[in-house]
Amino acid sequence: MKRILVSTVLVLCCFVLQSTVFKAISFGGIVPNLMIVLAASFGFMRGERTGLLFGFFCGLLCDIFFGQVLGLYAMIYMYIGFLNGKFNRAFYPEDIKLPMALILVSDLLYGLTCYLVLFMLRGRFNIGYYMINIILPEMVYTILVTMILYPIILWIHKKLEDSEQRSARKFV
Amino acid sequence: MSPIVKRKGEKFTLPGKYLLFILTILCTGLILLTFNTNFLSTPVSAVGGAVIVPLQEGINGAGKWLSKRSEELVQIRSLIQENEQLKKQVDELTIENIKLQQDRYELTNLRELYDLDVQYDDYEKVGARIIAKDSGNWFHTFVINKGSEDGLSVDMNVMAGSGLVGRIIDVGPNWAKVMSIISDNSNTSGMVLSTSDNLIVSGNLELYAEGVIGFEKLVDSADRVVEGDKIVTSNVSDKYLPGILIGYISSINVDSNNLTKSGLLTPAVDFEHLEEVLVITQLKQSIEE
Repeated sequence: MKRILVSTVLVLCCFVLQSTVFKAISFGGIVPNLMIVLAASFGFMRGERTGLLFGFFCGLLCDIFFGQVLGLYAMIYMYIGFLNGKFNRAFYPEDIKLPMALILVSDLLYGLTCYLVLFMLRGRFNIGYYMINIILPEMVYTILVTMILYPIILWIHKKLEDSEQRSARKFV
Repeated sequence: MSPIVKRKGEKFTLPGKYLLFILTILCTGLILLTFNTNFLSTPVSAVGGAVIVPLQEGINGAGKWLSKRSEELVQIRSLIQENEQLKKQVDELTIENIKLQQDRYELTNLRELYDLDVQYDDYEKVGARIIAKDSGNWFHTFVINKGSEDGLSVDMNVMAGSGLVGRIIDVGPNWAKVMSIISDNSNTSGMVLSTSDNLIVSGNLELYAEGVIGFEKLVDSADRVVEGDKIVTSNVSDKYLPGILIGYISSINVDSNNLTKSGLLTPAVDFEHLEEVLVITQLKQSIEE
């Protein structure tokens, strides 16, 4: 219950921040992708199930407010969360290299999928331009923001884990 | 043993694989449904409006206050410098002013000709504030803080200053989603003001980085359209009211088919610094039954 509440607040916070504050401090019109950071990190911290649920709801929010159809972003984010969940076994809280790499690859994957579905299918074939001007800057900016956001997410994750273990012990 | 079979004494949880499968089907269904119809948008947008929009408005308010304070500090420093420059400019402008006064006579004549002023004034407009912009980097859509409760509905035209911004594509009780004309998936039917030739203005992410958007399918066999001509929304558009300024032609080329022309135009609105917009509460197509 507590976990659901905290997760909801976290997703809402990130979405609202991304669509307001980060738009104001964007570099060259590019904003970092907080939702990817959320979906990916909960994926490798908690496993496939949590990852895909996080991805699904993050994407759904984007769909409601900014998507042309409902469900497209939800699907992209969901798969990214799920794939990150595959790396749950290789995840150690002390290690920062794997999370960084995973988030970077996730954002690249997200960018490429968006290009493929939303642009290439409409006949915009200049992938080099979109790569250099949209996808790569977004990746760099996202990874910068991750350095600040990831410790916070990790901290929340640890606190939740601790409190759940404590309450589990109480019932035994 | 199958992982979905419930074992005794164990809390039932659906494994990730199956959940992924179910949600994928759900998403695909939603995409297909919303691509063709929009019956889901009312409940969904109501939920979004109740939860997210107040948050976005609050953050925007706080952000604006902060940026205003910081701006003030920066301004003091630059003001001294600016003052000197301005004095120089005053001299230049006085000369220019005289020239412009001559031009004004010509302008008033032209205005009367096109009745532009009158047309704009006829439309009833509602002011709205932008509270959120597209969370991704691919499209130029944004959310404004008025919705169906303020009398807005889908397909209403949105302006800023004197130029066209876009149109409403989705509306909730207290918010509305606006797709701008520079958005990559937007096509607007336009017309050259001086010759009444129709053309299609299409947003383009690649071009907009240079501050322009493209237009195409201009039939101008008499070669009368030149750079600098005004482009307004056309009479034949089914979404846009006629005669709203879109922008100015900045370059023009003959297509390889030798029949039509295409080129670039500079939008009349500064899309980078949009804060407030005007929504025209009159629809081009009002269904009367």
